[in-house]
This record gives sequence, C-alpha cells and structure tokens, in this order.
Amino acid sequence: MISNFLQLLIYFSVLLVCVKPLGLYMAKVYGDKKPTWLGPFMRVERWCYRLCGIDDKVEMHWKTYATAVLSFSLVSFLSVYAIQRLQGWLPLNPESLTGVSPDSSFNTAVSFVTNTNWQGYGGESTMSYLTQMLALCVQNFVSAGVGMAVLIALIRGFARKNSTTIGNFWIDLTRGTVYILLPLSLVLSIVLVSQGVVQTLSSYQAVTLIEPTSDNTGQPVLTQKIAVGPAASQIAIKQLGTNGGGFFNVNSAHPLENPTPFSNFVQMLSILLIPAALCYTFGELVGDRRQGWTILAAMSVILLPLVVAVCLAEQAGSPAFESLGVDQLASVSQSGGNMEGKETRFGIVNSALWAVVTTAASNGSVNSMHDSFSPLGGLIPMWLMQLGEVVFGGVGSGLYGMLVFALVAVFIAGLMVGRTPEYLGKKIGAFEIKMAAIVILLPCGSVLLGTACAVLSAQGKATVFNPGPHGFSEVLYAFSSASNNNGSAFAGLGANTPFYNGILGIAMLIGRFGVILPVLGIAGSLAAKKAIPVGPGTLPTHTPLFVVLLVTVVIVIGALSFFPALALGPIVEHLMLQSHMLQSNR
Amino acid sequence: MSNLTANAKSSPKMFDAKIVSAAIQHSFEKLDPRVQVRNPVMFCVYIGSILTTLLWLRTFAVQEGESVWFVFGISAWLWFTVLFANFAEAIAEGHGKAQAASLRKSQTAVTARRIISPDKLAGQDSVTQSVSATELRLGDLVLIAAGETVPADGEVVLGIASVDESAITGESAPVVRESGGDRNAVTGGTRVISDWLIVRVTTLAGNSFLDRMIAMVEGAKRQKTPNEIALAILLATLTLVFLLVVATLLPFSIYSVETSGQGTAISLPVLIALFVCLAPTTIGALLSAIGIAGMNRLSKANVVAMSGRAVEAAGDIDVLLLDKTGTITLGNRQATRFHAADGVAEQQLAEAAHLASFADETAEGRSISILAKNRFGLRGVELEEVQPNFIPFSARTRMSGVSFGGHEIRKGATEAIESYVRGLGGFLPDNVRAAVQMIAKSGGTPLVVSRDAMVLGVIELKDIVKGGIKERFAELREMGIKTIMITGDNPLTAAAIAAEAGVDDFLAEATPEAKLALIREYQQGGRLVAMTGDGTNDAPALAQADVAVAMNSGTQAAKEAGNMVDLDSNPTKLIEIVNIGKQLLMTRGALTTFSIANDVAKYFAILPAAFASTYPALKALDLMSLASPASAILSAVIFNALIIIALVPLALRGVSYKPVGAAQLLRNNMLVYGLGGLLVPFAGIKAIDLMLSAVGLA
Repeated sequence: MISNFLQLLIYFSVLLVCVKPLGLYMAKVYGDKKPTWLGPFMRVERWCYRLCGIDDKVEMHWKTYATAVLSFSLVSFLSVYAIQRLQGWLPLNPESLTGVSPDSSFNTAVSFVTNTNWQGYGGESTMSYLTQMLALCVQNFVSAGVGMAVLIALIRGFARKNSTTIGNFWIDLTRGTVYILLPLSLVLSIVLVSQGVVQTLSSYQAVTLIEPTSDNTGQPVLTQKIAVGPAASQIAIKQLGTNGGGFFNVNSAHPLENPTPFSNFVQMLSILLIPAALCYTFGELVGDRRQGWTILAAMSVILLPLVVAVCLAEQAGSPAFESLGVDQLASVSQSGGNMEGKETRFGIVNSALWAVVTTAASNGSVNSMHDSFSPLGGLIPMWLMQLGEVVFGGVGSGLYGMLVFALVAVFIAGLMVGRTPEYLGKKIGAFEIKMAAIVILLPCGSVLLGTACAVLSAQGKATVFNPGPHGFSEVLYAFSSASNNNGSAFAGLGANTPFYNGILGIAMLIGRFGVILPVLGIAGSLAAKKAIPVGPGTLPTHTPLFVVLLVTVVIVIGALSFFPALALGPIVEHLMLQSHMLQSNR
Repeated sequence: MSNLTANAKSSPKMFDAKIVSAAIQHSFEKLDPRVQVRNPVMFCVYIGSILTTLLWLRTFAVQEGESVWFVFGISAWLWFTVLFANFAEAIAEGHGKAQAASLRKSQTAVTARRIISPDKLAGQDSVTQSVSATELRLGDLVLIAAGETVPADGEVVLGIASVDESAITGESAPVVRESGGDRNAVTGGTRVISDWLIVRVTTLAGNSFLDRMIAMVEGAKRQKTPNEIALAILLATLTLVFLLVVATLLPFSIYSVETSGQGTAISLPVLIALFVCLAPTTIGALLSAIGIAGMNRLSKANVVAMSGRAVEAAGDIDVLLLDKTGTITLGNRQATRFHAADGVAEQQLAEAAHLASFADETAEGRSISILAKNRFGLRGVELEEVQPNFIPFSARTRMSGVSFGGHEIRKGATEAIESYVRGLGGFLPDNVRAAVQMIAKSGGTPLVVSRDAMVLGVIELKDIVKGGIKERFAELREMGIKTIMITGDNPLTAAAIAAEAGVDDFLAEATPEAKLALIREYQQGGRLVAMTGDGTNDAPALAQADVAVAMNSGTQAAKEAGNMVDLDSNPTKLIEIVNIGKQLLMTRGALTTFSIANDVAKYFAILPAAFASTYPALKALDLMSLASPASAILSAVIFNALIIIALVPLALRGVSYKPVGAAQLLRNNMLVYGLGGLLVPFAGIKAIDLMLSAVGLA
C-alpha cells in the first residue's frame, strides 16, 4: 500500500514542479513582449504568417475570432475526411489499406478536429501511414492549438478593459503550435523512442513465433505480423495535446506504444503537464498568480481523492474472482487486486492513475481496459468526463470550462454576500450567465439525450455486448466521452456502426463548438467591460474558501445531472455485486 | 428615520389577517396561465400539476399502474406547490398595497385655485378660479392658502408658509416652504397650515411624486433588475437540466426493465414528482416575493426609488459623496470663542463683534450675538442713540459691519480686514495672526474684527459635527464604502472637520464642476459612486452618480436628478439603502443555494423508490429508510411544497446583513444555507414520512 501512495506522490510532485516554469514560458509566448532568446521560434512564426498571408497586426472582435475558429475547423474536417476516403490511392501505404467507410471517416474526422480522439476504428488495420501522419497527427497539434487559443482569448477578456477585440486567432494558433506543442513533442518523442516506441516508415514486420500456436481451423501458425509505423512522433503529441487517439488499436496498452513503466510515467506526466501549467499562465496573464494557483488547487482537490478511490477500488479486487479462487493479494511478485484487463508491467496504481488522469484531462487514451474495472472504479472515470472535462481537462478547453464554472460559482457567491457578482474585476451579468448556461447545458444534454436514443433504438442496442447495468454503463460512457470531447472508450460496445459513428460524431461537435462559441462570447463581453478595483466588499477569489465553493459547484452540478443515470449503471451494478457476494458467502 | 413615521404610515404585521386572506384569494386568481408563464420555473410545476391531474382522472378509467390515491396525492401537492408560490408573491404585494392604500388616502380629490392672469400677481389677493387638480397643466400658477391642500408638485414662486408634509414623510412637525433658495419645492397631497403660497405646477396629475410612490409600493411598475434577470436565467437553466435528467430517465428505465427482466418502467406521476422536487422551486417560488419585499422595505424606510435597479446598485456602492453642511455638520457654523488682540480686553472685542453682528441675520451672525450675550451678558444697545449705519456683507469686500458715532466696526475674512486696516494705517498684530492660523488648522473659521484702524481680535466660528455621525461612517467603512466629504471650505478647515467626523477623504473648495469631475474620476476607475444632495447646484453631480439620493427638503431640480428621494431628508439614510440592496441580493443567493442543496436528499428519497421494482438493490441508497416507495415520493413532494411556505417570512424579511467583510459573510451563509440546505430535507422528509405512516397513508 505504501508503495502505491509513494508512486502517486512522486507523480504529483514532479507535475507540480513543472507547473511554474512551463506556465511562465507559455505566458511569455502569448504575451505581448517576447524574450530575445526565442529568436529562432520567432523566425518560424514569421515564416508561417508570410506563407499564409496573415497580417499579425490585426486584432479580432469575438465574432470574427469565432468565425476563424469555425472555418479553420471546417477545413480541417474536410481534409481529414478526404485523406481517409482517398488513402487507397495515396502514397505511404505499405499495407495497401483501402479507403475508410464514409460513416467511420466522418466520425474520425470530427473526432480528431474536436480534440476528442474517439476511435471507432483500429489504427493498424485501418489507417495508412499517410493518414496517420498527415490527417490525424496534424490534427493532434492544431486541435490542441485551437483549444489553447480559445483559452487565451478568454483570458484576454479578463485582462483587457474597454476593448472590442480579444486577439488574433491565427497568431494564437500559430504560437501555441510553434512555441509550445512542437518543441515539447520533439523532446518527448525522442524520450519515447529511447524506451522502445517504434518510429519507422517501413511495412509491418513478420516475425517467427518462439512458441508456435494454431488457428481455429487447427492449422499451425508459425509467424506473426507485427504492426509498426511512425508511432513515437504521434504518441508524443497525443499525450501532450490531450488527444489520446492511439496509433495502435489497444492504445497505450500496446507494448510498442507504451513499452516500459518509465515511458508510462512520462506519458502520464505529459498528459496533465500543459493543462496544469496553463493555470499558472492564466494567473500570470491576468496579473494575479494566486488566481491561477486557486484554480489548480480546485482541480487537484477533485482529482486526488478520485485517484485514491480508484486505486482502492481496484486493489480491493473483484468478488467474482474470489469464487474462482484467484489470488488477489498484493505480494512481491504481483500487484494483486483486480488485474483483469490490466497490463502486468503497469499494475494497479499505474493503471488506476492512468484511467483517472486520462479522463480528468480530456485525453482518453487507455493503458488498461476500463470495461474490466470494478463498478466503482469504472464509475469515477465516467463521472470525471461528465463533470464537463474541467478537472484539468483538455489543453485550453479544460481551463476555459473551469473558468465558466468559476463564473457560476462567483455568481452564486456574489449574491450570497450581497454584491453584484464580479470575477477578476469584471462584473458578471445576464449575458455571461446565459453563455455559461449554454456551456453547462449542451454537453450534459448531449450525454443524456444521446444515451436515451441509443438505449431506445434497435441499432443502438444491437451492439451492446453486455446487456444490463454494465451494458448501460458502456453506452453512457461512450456518450459521456464523446460529448465532453474526451475520447476514452469503455469498450464492450461495438461503436463502429453507422448509428454510433453518426450520433457520437454529432455529440462531439456539440461538445466542442457548443462550448467554444459561448466561451468566446463571454471573452468578448468581458473584454468590453471596465475593470472594477478590489475593495473590502469584493469577494476574494484566491482563498481556500473559494476553492471549496468552486469544487462544490462543479461537483454538485455534475452529481445532480448524472446521479440517476449513474444509479442505473455502475451504482446498481456495484450494489448487486455486493449483495451477490453476501448471498454466496451465506 | 423619525419615530413618528410608523404612526403616519401604518406598517402591518407580517401575517396581518386581512392581508393573508386577500393573499389567499389572489393565490387562486394567479392560477391564470398568463400570470404563470412569467415565471419559467413555476410554469413547469404548473404544467406538471395539470398533467398529474389528468393522469389521476385516467386512473379511474385504466385499472393499472399507480394507485388512485397516490396519483391524487402527488397531483394535490403539486397544486399546493403552485398555490404556495402564488401566495408568497401575493402576500408581498399585499404589504405593498396596504402601504399604497394609506398613501392614497391623502390623495383625495383636490380643488385648486388657478390664477387667471399670471402677469398680475397680487399675492394672496390674486384673482383665481377653482378647477379640479386633475385639470392643472404644466406651468399653471395656483394659490394655496392656509388649510388648503397642495394640488400638485410644484415650485413656490411667491410667499412663505409652513407646510404639513406628514402624509408623505410621516414627520408631523411642519416645514417651511418659501420662494427662491433650496426650500421652494412643494409636494402634491401635503397641506399648507399657515400663510399662503403661489406655486408653479411642475408635474402633471397622475405623474406626481405621490403617484410614483404608490406605483412603486404596489409593484405596478416593478421591472426586473439586472441581477434578477441573470438569476432567472440560471434557474431556467437548472430547470432545463432537470427536465432533461427526468425526461431521459424514462428511456433509461425502460431499458433497465428490458434487460433485467423485472419490474415496471418508472411511471409518469413519479417522473413529474421527481422533476418538481429537483427543479429549483423554492427560489423560483419566492423570487418575485423577495424583490417586492425589498421595495416594501425601502418605502418603509421612507425612501422613494425611481427604479429597482438603483436599489440593487446601492448594494454595490464603493464611494459615498456627502455634502458637509447639513449632512456631517449641523447646518451652520457657530461662534465658539473670542480671541482678543494684545492689549485688548476680551469684553471689548465681544462688544464690537456684537455690534457688528447686530444687523446680521445669518445663523453665524446670530451665533456671535448669542456667544457675546452668554459670555458677558451683552444686550441690545439703544440703537436710536447711536444711529448706526449697517454695512451688509458683499462678496467684493468680503466683510460686513456697522458705522456709528464716527467709528467703523468691521468683521470679515482675515485678508480682507488686513488690507482694510492697512489702508487706514493699521496692521494685523502677530498674536491675531497666530490665532487665525490656529483656528484654521483646527477646522474653524476665523473672523477678524476691527475698529477703525485697530484690529481687536478674532471670533472663532466652528462647524459642529453631528452627534453619532462618526459611528455611522465607521459602519460604512465596515461595509467597504469609502466616504468623501464635499465642502466649500479651504483644505485646512476641511481636513480638520474630516478628521473629526471620521470620513475617509474630502474635497475642499468644491465647485459643482469639481464635484462632477470627482465622480467621473471614481467612475473611470471602475467605482460605483453614491451621492446625497439637496441643492440645485448638486443636480449635475446627482445626475452623474450611480446612486443619487436627493433630500425631500431639497429643490425640485435635485429631486429630478436623483434616482431616489429620501423623505426624511436624512443623508445617512444611505446606510439603510445599502443594507436593503445587499439584503435583496443575499436573500436570493441564500435561497438559491438552499434550493439546490435540497436536491441531494430528494434524490436519495425518490430514486430508490422509483426503481424499487426493477433494481431492489438500490434500496441501499434509501438513507432515510422511508416506509414505502409511495410514501417516499409523496414525502419528498410534500416537503418541497411546505418548505416554500416555511421560507416566506425569510423572503419577506430578507437575510440579515452584517458588515463583516465578504469572505466572512460567504462562509456564514454557505454554512447556514448550503450545509443547512443539504441536511434539513433529510430530517424534513423523514418526519413527513413518519407522519404519513402514522395516519396510515404510507
């Protein structure tokens, strides 16, 4: 047990140490004055502008900014769709994979453009190297860049006063990609290659099996084809950009995608790295670092107990194994607990931590199968997504979502102290609340209505492989993941059907743009307001009390919206499992 | 506020029998869908009530599903929920109407005496014709003699009279109204009790001050304030979220029944009951009552607000600008001491000062005579003997005095007297100069007295700071409001008074432009500025301020410029206004928190009950161990309805505000309304469940 907590402690300490330097660096990148040592990057940045004909002096109104985001995403979507459909005729396709089906192409294009990385397909059997690199990997960068750009626009809304503009989308997108995502990815992919992650353009390798086996017709099988490819470069950004889309089908459980405990550690670190550091950037850019630390504290206060809870739930093992006589006790030779669907090289803690970290941040990659977690162990990752991906969340998107919750928290708190609510010197009025309402309502509605459609329709029910509470959890998990742009999959649900490809695609679009547009609206409205100086009647928003308030608002809204649905899925499954165990013990 | 106010404007008890019975009647009248649709949260409950009633009727035809009594119970309590919300609003309106009715009594039909030829005014003897007050037009001149009622709001153009304004202010002592100056405004509905006035009508019938006041307390012109609109949006959102939660629960339930192969899907009455319990009905039901009660509290404090927006803004005030004279200090400066020059007896100085002030009818002049009389028993001299020639004060010479028997006695500002005596070959003695500086430094006003070329000494005039004002300012500081004193005095004097009164800052040698500039400066910095004022020269600044409280004793121009009028003309009334504004927001915030926190317990009551047949294992969530599924659901619905009635007194009274700083306030309110809201329903629902079992309904 002690070693379990030690692993958690090391992880969070290293993460915390990285927050300040990276946060400060990102504040400089998006700020007005850049230090001279960034010279080489600045040259690349200027080339980009010259290449695309961008005037970097122009500032945008929020509606212009939103139009730029939408049009960029539309072009991205069309290109990803086209590359998938046409990959059979395109180069860099050593396995001669054919074009992807229209519905799957739609789903995947939406998924990568919205930074969701929900995968209805299996990477090595569907996508050519060109598609992986030019379509998916590129989107891993720019969809993360878009999220950060929208966040920076919102931060400008707080920082500016009496301003009609909130920055220039093209500049923000370019800077996020050139200064932050590219260099970090380069370093990380080299580290990953050192651990054994593949990076090659050669075709899949056939190897002779050490232990020959036979197929189901009884024919002996002597060789196996090992899928390879340009994986390391894509995996680095998949984690850093909280995308999560695996190069291979089993994602980070694959030995060539995540070979060692160390590669596992650096990948987990890179998942929360930018979302955590952006909190600092936020504090720096609004001129009060305490505000950034407060948000980070609120995120951590939600995350840490949930990490521990999943660890405990999984370490406790499964009552079902008990009756089978499986040894679930931890010892020197094994981690014990519920190891179904988990990799022995990661054990309980690193599987549980990974599950929580990837669902807290909207990463969605997996190194173990969440479907095989205990009911409560599976409930927590699902609920973290349902909270709206604001506990760290996606790069940029997590923090802008959390700031919207902060507005709601400040609004209720402001009323309770008898003053028109204000946050960071900006008065919160009807328009901001209206936009915040949309941000909360749309993903929540998308999860609930989507799940309802699926369990009502024949197509929806057809590919639920475990009917009952567990099957319900699988469907609910899928819609929670898609609607909140996470991309994590519970498995156990056949999602590569026209029905799920279509409806989950729509859920992803709602979850992405249904949030970005109101957030930009808030940014525009806040930027136009004057700033109110802090007085004794002002509610301080950098105190432990505010952390408690913010955490309460996030949890209460999340709990009230999803308690009935969760009760019919993981909660009842857990209760039934417990009572089943009681009966069998009797 | 005056103690007499309560007598003039009777403030009924919170649950006065007459108001309650009227409110009950109105609760039913408000079932009109056109009224209901104005409140989205309660409209959803209203629709739910109609639906459950239909479902109840259906139970007679179709013998399946929920029992007749269960559906009837749900339906009845949903109707009660709607009625209770109506009642809360009706009782708040009832209090307003009661106030309005007592005001309206003073607004009986008044006959006015309109002057026929305004160019030939002959005072009391002007030729007039009798017309009804409603026929008066703007600019008409009317004559009002003793015993007559003022027919409309207006400005005195001729005459001086004492007027009984108790109908409006509740203050029984009459006030003087006269032409010119800052006391020329009269209000329709008040009564002239001595002498006569000729008044120019400035407001048309139906739009008078009294009319606006009645409209305000009746809530007829009540518009939603910005914070109220924002809160309504948040509540509508929550309602929509819960509508989605409940609506999707039906398919989830159908699926669960299908796959588990047992039980029946959740029934419509249970779904509707769950929705009503989850929707923020507590705050939704009380929201408008809170707003109306806030305005009632304001009018009880004798303040007329032109809009609810201004009241809400009062809660946000950062800076308060106050006129020194009449607000911080008693109206006028008073002589407190004589400082004689070297070689001059103090009595000699007092005699000269007394003589020089003899014809000075200003309060300052009178105070000098009074001081002289008190100190040396000086009386009026036989003026016929000396044949004095009084020199009145002029802005050019900046001195006044008297000439008699070849002597020239003068009093005035130091520089003026100094140059005057120098012209006559005299000088300003050093000890007089020292006394002048000392007086100025301590916040007093020095008046130098001379006889011929000789300076006799200095009279010290002092501002008398009102008793208890320092404590009031300390209270404002606790609220986070900065007080700034505005005065025409020089900076030295201003600083001394500011220190004595305990204001945070001051603006000395203030001109109307300087006041306006100061307000703008604060507003530029993002501060919300409140100002109290009464004079015409305050009007521009009042118009610029975010919250402008005009004194009722002030000029019409000041009242028009302000967005509130204090009928008691008490400048520190702003403290009460701020309190009311803050209470308004806090009550909304507290009840919203309470309402949302309640939902947790309701989930634990209803969910296990709703799925009792499909997933018996969910019984583990029934923390309250309620008697039966039907009783659990009914208890939650009954609790949800009763809590509205239980909170009506709080909504009308408002959450109490203490100036303890925002963080402390939040902590207190979170504990009381957040944690309380979480725990209370567990106890309440369990108690109702026990009662239902006791009477055999469970």
